Amino acid sequence: MKPPSISTLLAASGAAAALFAAAQVHPQSAVDEIAKYRQQLQDGNPAELWEARGEGLWKQKRGPKNASLEQCNLGKGPGVVKGAYAELPRHFADADRVMDLETRLVHCMVTIQGMKPEDATKRTFGSGSNRSDIEALTAWITSESKGVVMNVALRHAKEKEAYKLGEKIFYFRGGPHDFACATCHGESGKRIRLQDLPNLTEKAGAQLGYTTWPAYRVSQGELRTFQWRLYDCFRQQRFPELIFGSEASIALTAFLARNANGAAFNAPAIKR
Amino acid sequence: MKSETYFIAGLAALASIAAGCASMSDQEAAEKALQIMKASFKERGQAKLDRLDQDEAQKLCSNPPSVTLPKDVAERIEKANLASIKYPADGKLMGDWKLGERIAQTGVGKQFSDDPKQPSGANCYACHQISKAEISFGTIGPSLYNYGKLRGASEPIQRYTYGRIYNSQAFTACSNMPRFGHNGILTEQQMKDVTALLLDPASPVNR
Amino acid sequence: MADPMRIRVAARDGMVNVRVLMSHEMETGQRKDGAGNLVPAHYIRNVTATHQGKTVLSAQWGPAVAKNPFLEFSFKGGQKGDKVVVTWEDNKGEKRSDEATIN
Repeated sequence: MKPPSISTLLAASGAAAALFAAAQVHPQSAVDEIAKYRQQLQDGNPAELWEARGEGLWKQKRGPKNASLEQCNLGKGPGVVKGAYAELPRHFADADRVMDLETRLVHCMVTIQGMKPEDATKRTFGSGSNRSDIEALTAWITSESKGVVMNVALRHAKEKEAYKLGEKIFYFRGGPHDFACATCHGESGKRIRLQDLPNLTEKAGAQLGYTTWPAYRVSQGELRTFQWRLYDCFRQQRFPELIFGSEASIALTAFLARNANGAAFNAPAIKR
Repeated sequence: MKSETYFIAGLAALASIAAGCASMSDQEAAEKALQIMKASFKERGQAKLDRLDQDEAQKLCSNPPSVTLPKDVAERIEKANLASIKYPADGKLMGDWKLGERIAQTGVGKQFSDDPKQPSGANCYACHQISKAEISFGTIGPSLYNYGKLRGASEPIQRYTYGRIYNSQAFTACSNMPRFGHNGILTEQQMKDVTALLLDPASPVNR
Repeated sequence: MADPMRIRVAARDGMVNVRVLMSHEMETGQRKDGAGNLVPAHYIRNVTATHQGKTVLSAQWGPAVAKNPFLEFSFKGGQKGDKVVVTWEDNKGEKRSDEATIN
């Protein structure tokens, strides 16, 4: 049987393997080729599967109060999702604290849907068929800020404080390896192995680093959020486990999101 | 994820942030950041909360680059870390470079996801170019290609190299490089093997 | 019931371009879990696409295809408003069929 003309783009991981076989390949050209490969993966980003599920979860009546999240206030008014992520983290008067998206979602799941906090945070990071609702909701809500210019305000005293504390934490050296966030993300033009590292202390680096999370992580086959990114950085820094939605995570997010101001938000993205 | 942990972290934060005023001094911010750090982590696997206790060097080195460490403070850090270096009792500082290459390629060790019974790697290639053949290397640290060829493997060079691996801050206060011996990441034999990787004339680093 | 596919169908330069994102674990059957046990194989075996009931693509896949596969192909002869149906069946006999309209 003659096959129809097919141009099939499969997200198979074998493509880059051939690059490392040739000992004469220059490291920078390998980095560039990997970047090209990643560009090709943008179309058909599996993150869209999480976005579709998240949109459903936002509108679905759930929890003991059998209510949907459609009245949840993400900072721009009840139910306003478009552009909300580009302004987070921010201070919320009803809780009188600075919250990032994920802590705000848990807040709404508890107050509007009547869930217990332990149920709302039962699975923060998914794995295969063990799915995380927070990841799906985050995927959809952030997709509604795609293209919106980052605009984190530092108006409220607590927002200013969160930024300052986030900066202090960014430079906190600890653990058996003496690592701080700054160890890897405090200088421009550096990389770990062949992974370029954004300098998060400067505008261009912070913009690139922050606006591409959440992302579908191909190596894990999962959509990962910014809370996950911080948790996994600390794991690799040899720190103990970062508590989901903790003050340190919110302060760091405030510091990094604010540093990214002025750039168009560009997630959910796709990464290695 | 325990609800009590989440709530306690939240309540403690409410209490402490409510007490804060409009603008904190740098010192206050540092103290508050430490408080928040301790309340924001939980132990897991081999990673206990004492990992958040900073030693002298870590405390002094937790500054943005805009803050330059006074010369006497830098010297104090280097002196204290130099004193911590324990050289092998048998006086032999070079081991097997082939094992050194494996240690340089391995990134596991000390993470809460790692098995504490397994040996750690040094993950040298994460930050350094080392042999010519390995193109997957990082640039956080300087290239170490031809390290031994350029310096020779005299006794003082061996001592310096072993010492650098043992405790980089003995020579450079606030160095980004982990203190592999001082913080118990690598064993004595492993450090000898990495020293050999850098200095042995037969090592691919020097060919 | 498997997750729905996301299908985009567009008529372009006399051809119809179809892009499908499928939700599937695509487990090879070669991986071991933390306890050392083999994770059973679970992957899409067949993919069929029809236009107005006529087959325009027939594919046999295997464990080499990555998780959450993305498929893109083109065919001739479709008009705006026509229906394209994509169906997959996996090695466990699970099936999923979704349709889209050419726009």
